[in-house]
Amino acid sequence: MESFLNRYRHITVLLLVICAQLVLLAVQVKNDQDVRFIRIWTITAVTPVARLVEGLRGGSVGFLHNYITLHDTNAENRHLREEVGQLKLQVIFLQNQLNTADRAKALQIFQATTPSKTLAANEIAIAPGTDSKVVTVNRGSLSGVERGMAVVTPDGIVGKVTAAYPTASMVQLVTDPEFAAGVISQKGGVRGTLKGQGTPNCKVDYVAVEEKVEVGEWFYTSGDDRIFPRGFPVGIVRAVRTPDRANFKEILLEPVGVQHGVEDVLIILQGVHQDIPDTPPANQPVYLEPPVPASAAGAPGAQPAAVPAVGTEADKLRTLYKAIGDAENHTYGEGAPGTKPPDFNIKLPNGATGPPTPAAGTGIAAPVPGAKPPGALPQTGNPPDAVRHANQAAGDPSGVSKK
Amino acid sequence: MSYPDGRILLNSQREGQVSRFRAWVLLAVPLGAILFQVYVPLFFQFLRFLEVPLLVVVYFAIMRRSQISGLVIGALVGLAQDSLSNKPLGMYGIAETLVGYFAASVGMKLDVDHPFIRLLLSFLFFIVHRFFYWIILRAMLGKQMAFDIQTTLVLALLNAVVGVSLFHFLDKLRETA
Repeated sequence: MESFLNRYRHITVLLLVICAQLVLLAVQVKNDQDVRFIRIWTITAVTPVARLVEGLRGGSVGFLHNYITLHDTNAENRHLREEVGQLKLQVIFLQNQLNTADRAKALQIFQATTPSKTLAANEIAIAPGTDSKVVTVNRGSLSGVERGMAVVTPDGIVGKVTAAYPTASMVQLVTDPEFAAGVISQKGGVRGTLKGQGTPNCKVDYVAVEEKVEVGEWFYTSGDDRIFPRGFPVGIVRAVRTPDRANFKEILLEPVGVQHGVEDVLIILQGVHQDIPDTPPANQPVYLEPPVPASAAGAPGAQPAAVPAVGTEADKLRTLYKAIGDAENHTYGEGAPGTKPPDFNIKLPNGATGPPTPAAGTGIAAPVPGAKPPGALPQTGNPPDAVRHANQAAGDPSGVSKK
Repeated sequence: MSYPDGRILLNSQREGQVSRFRAWVLLAVPLGAILFQVYVPLFFQFLRFLEVPLLVVVYFAIMRRSQISGLVIGALVGLAQDSLSNKPLGMYGIAETLVGYFAASVGMKLDVDHPFIRLLLSFLFFIVHRFFYWIILRAMLGKQMAFDIQTTLVLALLNAVVGVSLFHFLDKLRETA
């Protein structure tokens, strides 16, 4: 070092003197922003070093913190994992709540529209066994459930009650190997026996090879088993095979009642047979407006609306006057001036003017005795849905829809 | 005092003769040069072009044949000029430090007693001085000044001519061996 300085001492001294004078200049001179050059130079010289030192320090600390001392990371990781688990559970819970609400709504709509007397139930357990297709629902004999009752969802049949306990019931699903039910195809009306296989699909037995069954065809309950009312959807044909030298077809059916789970089901307490629909049922439940209240449809005992008369108003008047003239033995066009005219205010007997009989004096068509007014609600064996809703709202704890 | 064979370039540094001056000469001559620059133009405006302190620095640098002596003389004279000017300290200082250093460096290789060499060195170092000063002005003060080459060359020539005469006068102040 000393020899180096001796060798270049002239240039070293020159640089020192120049630097000293530069410093002197920098102390005095300011830049455009009124900052002295000495400050700018100092900061410019110091900043990279400080940045380098800070980078080294930060890197070292970060290295120590992130790679050497991991106790915080470990604890934080554990905490985050617990939090993620709780959030996942919360998401699942909320999704289940949402699904439950959807299913409940579909069940409510179905329950309100089906003519059968049903009881809503929830799955609370499944029977042990890997191949078991039996579930336990939270309605039992105290709610009116009996062994052999059908269990359905809005999509289709689910199974049947195999045991009814006071507060719960065992339901054998359609996929259980021991399940059987009478079914009928939609198009050809081919009858068969639905049997579970322990797999997601069922089979339809005892369909003769001569019968015509197509893939995609719907099967409905036939009502022959005295368990399921006629007309409930069962499933869709997924495969049809005709083995050689066999008497029956092999039909594979996909049950539609258990596709979306059996968490919420309906137990049919009193079934009502229905017709097999011409078209396959829609997969999604359709929202129906509530039925017309009894007051709007006409108070009990009120006269139903008359059948509208056929023809023009002139025809109606002509018919009315003719009837009045016939009743009073009056012949129109024969009375001389000053004679007594016919009394047009008399009350004619019902049916005297035929089907479009107007009410005497009011012009309103009188109801035909014994005739069913077209605008009236159909008089089936079932009470209107409003009645059932009213019964439910009346506080039946079982939620049974009463007839 | 020129070398007897009339050579301008020296074969080695040892051929060069180091001139020595008394201390008061080293002190009084630069001081007088500075005073001349700041005082005489008050009465003779046409003498403003003279850079007598620069010529003195060049003279002492080339005659003493020591780079350190040259740069020290240049620094001191330059700082003194700065002190008397309205410019920040160091403007002339840096420029004349560099001139003193390079003048000493060149003087070690040349026969600095030759009048033409003195004329040439005075001419060149006047330009170098102006150039360094112009650079420092731009770099440190941000003055966007143009470097007027033509004027610089004329002034350099005039100062060189005056410098040859000045150098001849200053030779009288050297110590005799």
